[in-house]
Amino acid sequence: MGRTTQIERLRNWLEVQGHGVVETGWTRSELMSSLIELAKEGNTLTRDTFSLLYATDFAERLENQVIPALRSGFIVLSDRYVYTAFARHAARGGGPEWIRGVFGFAIVPDTVLYLRTDLESLLPRVIGSKGMDYWESGMDLHLGEDLYDSFCVYQQRIIAEYEAMAKEYKFEVVDTVRRSMEEIQQDLRERIEPVVRRPRKVDVSLLDPKALDAKVER
Amino acid sequence: MKGYGQPHTYPGRLIIVEGIDGSGKSTQLQLLQRWLVSQGHTVFFTEWNSSKLVKETTKLGKKNRTLTPLTFSLLHATDFADRLFYNMIPPLKAGMIVLADRYVYTAFARDVARGCDPGWVRKLYDFAIRPDLAFYFKVPVDVSLGRILSGRAKIKYYEAGMDLNLSADPVESFSKFQSRILEEYDRVVEEFKLTVIDATAEIDEQQEVVREVVTRALATYQPRWKHGQAEVPGGGDPVSGAGIPEPQGQADRH
Repeated sequence: MGRTTQIERLRNWLEVQGHGVVETGWTRSELMSSLIELAKEGNTLTRDTFSLLYATDFAERLENQVIPALRSGFIVLSDRYVYTAFARHAARGGGPEWIRGVFGFAIVPDTVLYLRTDLESLLPRVIGSKGMDYWESGMDLHLGEDLYDSFCVYQQRIIAEYEAMAKEYKFEVVDTVRRSMEEIQQDLRERIEPVVRRPRKVDVSLLDPKALDAKVER
Repeated sequence: MKGYGQPHTYPGRLIIVEGIDGSGKSTQLQLLQRWLVSQGHTVFFTEWNSSKLVKETTKLGKKNRTLTPLTFSLLHATDFADRLFYNMIPPLKAGMIVLADRYVYTAFARDVARGCDPGWVRKLYDFAIRPDLAFYFKVPVDVSLGRILSGRAKIKYYEAGMDLNLSADPVESFSKFQSRILEEYDRVVEEFKLTVIDATAEIDEQQEVVREVVTRALATYQPRWKHGQAEVPGGGDPVSGAGIPEPQGQADRH
């Protein structure tokens, strides 16, 4: 869906407006990223341990990156959030109650932007970039004869979970099917704009002109 | 509370021990294991925070001191889920006796003492199964502290709860932190009806009580294998008399 590129452009757009921006992304915590990679290489992960690894990574980033950044007035752009864990847990047959309880410590985002896609659009994108991956295809679930079949069934399940959550949690749904990167970016900005808008706090006319000069000279 | 709230239906038996560091619970469990094996039972042993999956990460986090109460708690839950799936459920299904050094109650006591929400921690472990028998080795902090200090020179950072800034002095911090854990254990004992053993008594006296309680709990147990040499259908190695793992420092399993 081009999430990464879209976020990169959003960051640039926000910084141009003078906002401080901090990015965080799924499984990117210092503590957990290598462990999660390692665990994925073996075939020993069960649904619940998988979800708990995600929760640990998330907690680490929440406490060490997200909350401190919010406290300092930054805008935090998070590439995936708790909903990813909810969708994957449910797609593996787990009940909603436990996993939501586990992530009960998470804070509610100001906006959840859901880049909606369908399987048809997803297929060429995944095959054309890094290829199908064991876990992203739900191979642990034995859903189909090969990677391709499994991928289709698994991703359909994931999409269905996201669609259900979009209603439940009132996601901002941004359609990506047959739309250009540019159109999607415009759509995203329109939805973010009201959330980050703030009144001008500094009255420039009250500043001592000499102070301004001094700053410029340095 | 569906998980540990209801008895499991596996043919095996799950016996667990709880207690603060230095309560002597690992010694007691080891003695129990020796006895059960001598009786011809096939016994599996598993201990807190020992899964290969998260070991290195926990070590790293402890070394860098970046663990918070929340990540600490979640890492332990991950370790537990991994061991439950690989080291506990298969032998229980195979009808064997599983001995666990620490169980979910450790999290209920310790994570809450670190400031995690009691309701949240209990829900976190909802996937766990209820043990057939849960011992709590009750001991005052000064006794446990004395045991630990006589065994090795230094108290460890997290064991002393140094991350909570209770005191700059490790011994004082240990005291304060372990006292909090004791309070939480008291609640847990009440809530989950753990069998309390006076851990200030002599080792052999405690063991006598433990064996008596275990004998009663195993009254309805029908072992499928005797003399430990069962063909194990996957999922770990049966412990024979010679292969009993020595407890690795009573207080090492943080």
